Amino acid sequence: MALNIQQVIDQLDSRFAGQFGNVESSYGMTTIQVRKSAIFDIVKFLKEELSFILLTDVCGAHFPDNDLDMRFAAIYHLHNLVENVRIRMRVFLPEENPEVDSMTPLFESANWQERETYDFFGIRFINHPNMTRILNMDEMEVFPLRKEYPLEDAGRADKDDRFFGRTIHNE
Amino acid sequence: MSVKRFDEYIAKHSKDPDRELQVLNLGPTHPSTHGIFQNILLMDGETILDSEPTVGYIHRAFEKLVEHRPYYQITPITDRLNYCSAPINNIGWEMTVEKLAGIEIPKRAQYIRVIIMELARITDHLICNSILGVDTGAFTGFLYVYQIREKVYDVYETICGGRLTSNIGRIGGLERDLIPEAIQKIKDLLEQSKKTFGEFEKLMNRNRIFMDRTIGVGAISAERALNYGFTGPNLRATGVDYDVRINEPYSSYEDFKFNIPVGSAGDTYDRYCVRQAEIWESISIIEQALKNLPDGDYATSDSNFYLPKKQDVYTKMEALIYHFKVVMGESDVPVGEVYNCVEGGNGELGFYLISDGSRTPFRLHFRRPCFIYYQAYAEMIKGQMLSDAVATLSSLNVIAGELDA
Repeated sequence: MALNIQQVIDQLDSRFAGQFGNVESSYGMTTIQVRKSAIFDIVKFLKEELSFILLTDVCGAHFPDNDLDMRFAAIYHLHNLVENVRIRMRVFLPEENPEVDSMTPLFESANWQERETYDFFGIRFINHPNMTRILNMDEMEVFPLRKEYPLEDAGRADKDDRFFGRTIHNE
Repeated sequence: MSVKRFDEYIAKHSKDPDRELQVLNLGPTHPSTHGIFQNILLMDGETILDSEPTVGYIHRAFEKLVEHRPYYQITPITDRLNYCSAPINNIGWEMTVEKLAGIEIPKRAQYIRVIIMELARITDHLICNSILGVDTGAFTGFLYVYQIREKVYDVYETICGGRLTSNIGRIGGLERDLIPEAIQKIKDLLEQSKKTFGEFEKLMNRNRIFMDRTIGVGAISAERALNYGFTGPNLRATGVDYDVRINEPYSSYEDFKFNIPVGSAGDTYDRYCVRQAEIWESISIIEQALKNLPDGDYATSDSNFYLPKKQDVYTKMEALIYHFKVVMGESDVPVGEVYNCVEGGNGELGFYLISDGSRTPFRLHFRRPCFIYYQAYAEMIKGQMLSDAVATLSSLNVIAGELDA
């Protein structure tokens, strides 16, 4: 049985109509935008019914210019190895208290990737067995990949690189 | 550092006269871990009951750094991911930008890239396998194959000037053509490596001690491996024939004939055998590429992304302008998101790039295979001996630079 991405979208449409939208294809991959409430069920359906057995990647993104309820995104890449079909899913999350269901009950590989996403963006994953920081130190108070967090500490006194054309304002 | 559940377990069972419970720190700086990882082990005598890995000791915030660098300046950062096969990371990143900007690469450049990436794969696998030998008590093989790695680094040096952190290639092709001297070096290297790997395999493959130390050690089933997101040789050792080079051929891999070796048990010995077999496939791919190396350009003519010739920069105004434009990252890139993956030394190395059309990536996420499959380590060493844990770690080929990014 050959499976193509259109059939996947059709099957999702018949099961989860209204739970996802904005189906777009670019650079050889189809992206669907999923509602926060449906992401776990959709990933479960894709894994169990359509054999998307490899969770390639989980990551986050911060969009400071978006509307308040779409400031963060959790992005999932799933891969059906046998049919070689990939799909990307994006869940937008609000600025206030961004949280989404964890994929750890379905994929062990989600564990550290979700911890990494939490570590850098502050996106919390519900039902995660160990929602703590992973790469940064536990005492850290900021989420460093958020756009408002500067690359370097602006108050650093030991370094002055204005003469190299770089200030905190034009970086 | 203490783990609460270990302390509780010890407190509960400390009265039992048959148990010899203790908490042991394996790492962060331990000679047999080949990198800075810490594993806190709960041991009963010499058996591992439970373990708690800690990662992040050499985290360098690459994903933040790259949001402040033009595309051109990100290639050297990718060197520092899996530093045992830096050229694969470099070329993987360059191909991501080429995919985003729609740059066509001449066939000759694609073939040269294949040669470089396969050389990198050989070094990656030989380090992993020879260090596995060291960890199981065979130092000779390690010293013996390391001269091949030195020769491969000589080839990199001839091609691009760099060795360990190679910064090889450019967005749009290569920085210079493969000179006859480099081709001769590669041919000599292949001849020598066939001999060396043949002898290395005679030393290791059917070695009683090596087999006893590795067969059945650190095994994982195909199903669990997929659940843990394994890719690359570690997944193939469990019997799943997934290889990005076959599934989604890039850089003209479809032109070459090669096999995908798979194992069956998913244990340390199978991982060793799969890597060893892949070295032979890589040698064959390089030979095919050298034999059929097409004529033509070694880089794209798209002057918006590829640097003009140095001679022209010094003598022609237009070339000088383009030189500045490329170096300062002022070329227009499309808005969009790209996921590009290559078969790295230890699995599917992915680059997920969100571009907002500006000179730096809006977001760039590295899908680092090590980071994902190292999660399974705790499960793989459960119930094993301490010395098996060391062999398992070696055979997984966890590279600290890639793990912590």
